[in-house]
Amino acid sequence: MNRFEYVRAGSVAEAVAAGAAPGAAYLAAGTNLLDLMKGGLATPATLVDVTRIPGLSAIESLPDGSTRIGALVRNSDLAHDPGFAARYPAVAEALLAGASAQLRNAATTAGNLMQRTRCPYFYDPASACNKREAGAGCAAIGGATRLHAVLGFSASCIAVHPSDLCVPLAALGAEVEIEGPAGSRTVSLTAFHRLPGDAPERDTVLEPGELIVAVRLPPEAAGFAAHARYLKVRERTSYAFALVSAAAMLRLDGGRIAEARLALGGLALKPWRAEAAERLLAGRAPDAAAFREAAEAALEGARPSGEATAFKIELARRIAVRALERALAGTPERVPALPASPFSAPLANPLPSSGAIAHA
Amino acid sequence: MSFPITLTVNGSAREILLDDPRVTLLDLLRERLDLTGSKKGCDRGQCGACTVLVDGRRVNSCLALAVSLDGAEVVTIEGLASGGELHPVQAAFLAHDGFQCGFCTPGQIMSAVGLLREGHAGDDPERVREGMSGNLCRCGAYQGITEAVLAAQGATARREDAA
Ligand SMILES: Cc1cc2nc3c(=O)[nH]c(=O)nc-3n(C[C@H](O)[C@H](O)[C@H](O)COP(=O)(O)OP(=O)(O)OC[C@H]3O[C@@H](n4cnc5c(N)ncnc54)[C@H](O)[C@@H]3O)c2cc1C
Ligand code: SF4
Ligand code: FES
Ligand code: FES
Repeated sequence: MNRFEYVRAGSVAEAVAAGAAPGAAYLAAGTNLLDLMKGGLATPATLVDVTRIPGLSAIESLPDGSTRIGALVRNSDLAHDPGFAARYPAVAEALLAGASAQLRNAATTAGNLMQRTRCPYFYDPASACNKREAGAGCAAIGGATRLHAVLGFSASCIAVHPSDLCVPLAALGAEVEIEGPAGSRTVSLTAFHRLPGDAPERDTVLEPGELIVAVRLPPEAAGFAAHARYLKVRERTSYAFALVSAAAMLRLDGGRIAEARLALGGLALKPWRAEAAERLLAGRAPDAAAFREAAEAALEGARPSGEATAFKIELARRIAVRALERALAGTPERVPALPASPFSAPLANPLPSSGAIAHA
Repeated sequence: MSFPITLTVNGSAREILLDDPRVTLLDLLRERLDLTGSKKGCDRGQCGACTVLVDGRRVNSCLALAVSLDGAEVVTIEGLASGGELHPVQAAFLAHDGFQCGFCTPGQIMSAVGLLREGHAGDDPERVREGMSGNLCRCGAYQGITEAVLAAQGATARREDAA
């Protein structure tokens, strides 16, 4: 780890002032940043500790029906907040499917959004990586690509964003509240992470000194609570990043889909909201044909970034279908013992509002 | 620059002068406070051998900067037993062979204590296994670990019923 100055910010204004200095980085729990620093992949000159800033640790229900999650709310506190989990069950399930209990007890909401890719070449200082060093080249291209992108990648970077939390948040239309040297602004989560293009060294639209203060879920996001699931395919049962994941939510009305939400993880350098699929589902009867069409639409334009990634495309379609089926069957009363497992049995007794669908 | 911090470690208040902000909680415990029960397996948040309680919650001490935890209350494996009496989770690990070489064991036990406090797993073995998935055991003592956690959960529940 490089030497650095340590500054403890007592307010948002103090953090922004210190964070705008060249080489400064915000420190929340440190579960990603310290890991990167130990590997020599991040070498901040100053760490601005934001964990003592008052007012950023609350989950607030606002009068207009929206919910505001403070940047410092710990992943486990968010997942286990009874009111929050009841309104946004897929978010709770995604949180509990990520990392380990110890990491979730520490990790913050903003830190989760800001975590960097798990591309193994990014993690290996001996490999060329455009994300680590602009213009250095990309060792993943033509390398071992099993974990890489099938959507939104470029000739300079084929990595994916590893967050589980971001996937249901994107589906629900979450917005990121930002404070910076130039004032406050709000950015939709789907526009927050940058696709690599020719500048993969920039993960997000944040400018130097900009601080995430909260993530806001709009009023309509609570309308999907009865039919909301997150599914995550991993290479082992637990404590592994997603190969492919899907957040699916339905609002049903008289046996038809009034409104659907679908977002996919593990496929691109950002959570991938599938708005074309959502449009296609609106007004349809929730049946196997509709779900398959939606999955096709969600993966429109997908192509392998390397031979070994090709499997992700059909896998993602199937996981999208399965997530929609599970959402249709109804949100379980409690997050399952194995959160987000695509292998657990669907609910034996679907909620009365759901239509029948055959499970192959 | 040096950083004076205060930590309560296993019940006693410690004034610590850090000469370098890079010190993790794990290195502070092991190298400076001579509490070597917490182990350094991976130093990267992947194995759980360094698990301790900070303000009552289990965390990976290898991925936390000590300077950032100023004022916190830390409990390590050394602080679990009271007098000569083992903590119920420690006793359950002995009774159920929850280890072989013992390297992961302090982390497993601290994690189990954290899990029981969180109270989400109950007596469901699947929830216990999932809740303990942040602790790897190279000896593969998982069967005994799960039994030990379930037994400790049962003992705690019985104590609470009696109270
Ligand atoms: C072994 C392991 C397994 C994991 N598995 C998963 C998984 O399965 N799914 C998953 O989603 N995640 C997983 N994670 C990642 C974990 O979720 C992140 O490390 C965590 O969410 C980061 O939060 P933090 O508070 O520790 O952030 P930090 O490490 O403190 O910071 C991370 C980044 O965010 C920036 N930052 C922090 N706060 C702010 C703010 N308020 N405004 C602007 N920038 C800010 C920091 O500067 C830094 O760049 C895993 C991590 C580990 C170590
Ligand atoms: S895919 Fe992106 S992160 Fe991975 S080596 Fe290439 S440039 Fe770096
Ligand atoms: S040493 Fe901390 S998780 Fe492995
Ligand atoms: S007992 Fe040997 S690593 Fe777990």
